[in-house]
Amino acid sequence: MKKKHSKNLMIGAWLTGIMLALILVGFFWTPYDPETMDSTAKLSGVSLSHLMGCDNFGRDIFSRVLKGGGTTLLVALGTVGIGAACGVVLGAFTGYFGGVLDELLMRANDVLFAFPSILLALVFVTLIGSGTWNVIIALGIAFIPSFARIVRGEFIRCKNMDYVKSARLAGVGHLRIMFVHILPNTLPVLLSAILIGFNNAVLAEAGMSYLGIGVQPPQASLGRMLSEAQTYLFSAPGFALFPGIFLILLVLGFSLLGEGVKDMGRR
Amino acid sequence: MLDIIDLNIEFHDHLMPETVVRHFNLHMDPGEIVGLVGESGSGKSMTALAVAGLLSRHDMKKTGKILFEGTDLLSCDRALLRRLQGNRISMIFQEPMTSLNPVYRIGWQVEEPLRIHHPELDAKERRARAMRLLEEVELSDPERIYRSYPHQISGGQRQRVMIAAAMICEPELLIADEPTTALDVTVQAQIVKLLQRINKEKHTAILFISHDLSLVRRFCSRVVVMQGGNIVESGPMEDVFEHPAQPYTRRLIAAIPVVRKKGGPTWRRKF
Repeated sequence: MKKKHSKNLMIGAWLTGIMLALILVGFFWTPYDPETMDSTAKLSGVSLSHLMGCDNFGRDIFSRVLKGGGTTLLVALGTVGIGAACGVVLGAFTGYFGGVLDELLMRANDVLFAFPSILLALVFVTLIGSGTWNVIIALGIAFIPSFARIVRGEFIRCKNMDYVKSARLAGVGHLRIMFVHILPNTLPVLLSAILIGFNNAVLAEAGMSYLGIGVQPPQASLGRMLSEAQTYLFSAPGFALFPGIFLILLVLGFSLLGEGVKDMGRR
Repeated sequence: MLDIIDLNIEFHDHLMPETVVRHFNLHMDPGEIVGLVGESGSGKSMTALAVAGLLSRHDMKKTGKILFEGTDLLSCDRALLRRLQGNRISMIFQEPMTSLNPVYRIGWQVEEPLRIHHPELDAKERRARAMRLLEEVELSDPERIYRSYPHQISGGQRQRVMIAAAMICEPELLIADEPTTALDVTVQAQIVKLLQRINKEKHTAILFISHDLSLVRRFCSRVVVMQGGNIVESGPMEDVFEHPAQPYTRRLIAAIPVVRKKGGPTWRRKF
């Protein structure tokens, strides 16, 4: 069967692929050590030896963008992983069984939903402390409600389908119906939710690091770099510009990919 | 084999409780085909779902007994009911378009009851049995069907697949809830013939629910006529058809389309 892929999907896939490849390279090799300071190169501009210039401590920005992109990606992956895993389980149970449990959990969900997830994450970070892993946990918890809500809606839609009825008639147990019979049918929606959530996570990490409660120095992350760059906006515009562009391209790639997956599900 | 004794089903999800099935009694012997007819809303599907053990909602009151070989399906525990479902009682639905899961291949879905009820079989044995069943329901090219997704095959083929899945554990009772309504007339006749053959070869009792009296007449040995949740008439097919006691039954029979030849005698469609 022939499938016409949407333009969104194609561009998104290419962009994401390139960004991921760059980040992957950054895990193993960077032109300079991202944390070595060179006082002679402080705030130097773009040159052949420093592709994106150097920051206020004389660290190579290109190396730091690659490493920082990796940190940001790691945080985003962890966040979406925690959010989606817990959200799917919660949404599946509440959507499938309904009843009092559903009401209770969904009202609790509404309360959490009422706060912006970045604010929730801030609260968690102040409770459990900052640092990469704590940021992942905090953001992950903050992302659960939105996933739970989406999955619950899909389960409510699917649980009254005839194929679920016939599975029940075949004597299939509830757990197997939920996770083997229904869950794959929610994938188009879930997948695009994951990609969109991924974007939000990248931005949330950048935001938290920008506010100084995310990734701690000297570790690089895109948000961290933007926050460090703000005093040098006019003296060394490249310091803020390159991490910013990298962040934008990363988010754009995932957005387009998410849109593309959504289109695919619609057809 | 199946004894339904004074079954009442009452809904409680509105302000006023609503009774959809009243004092329903039915006895079925092994290998028998019983027709359950009535207009929409007469409670026939509700009865069928109750027998299949699918009515487990809380806002609903069920009284009476549904005895399947001595086990009361209304009061037995869930685990026991689940062991019967798909294994000794199975059901096919009206709408073959939606009763197959769109994300799995046909073969996987036909094998699903085996995975539940016969975990001792390995993948090869399951496949062999599914292929045999697909052949038995007279699907041409079962190899291809086995590998297809539901959207790749036709409505009639899907209904055959549903029958194959329902029959794979060789149940004693098959409930067919308007299995032909969504299909066109020629396919209808084929499906009915197939059910008849299955009944003869496997000695599976069939509870055939329909509003098409001519189909029921051709197919069943006994018939139960329902109206508004009550049984209005029941008995052997010929008795009910030749000497309908109730005006409602007479009206239903009169509604069967008639073929008239110009100048010739009048025939009722007998197939």
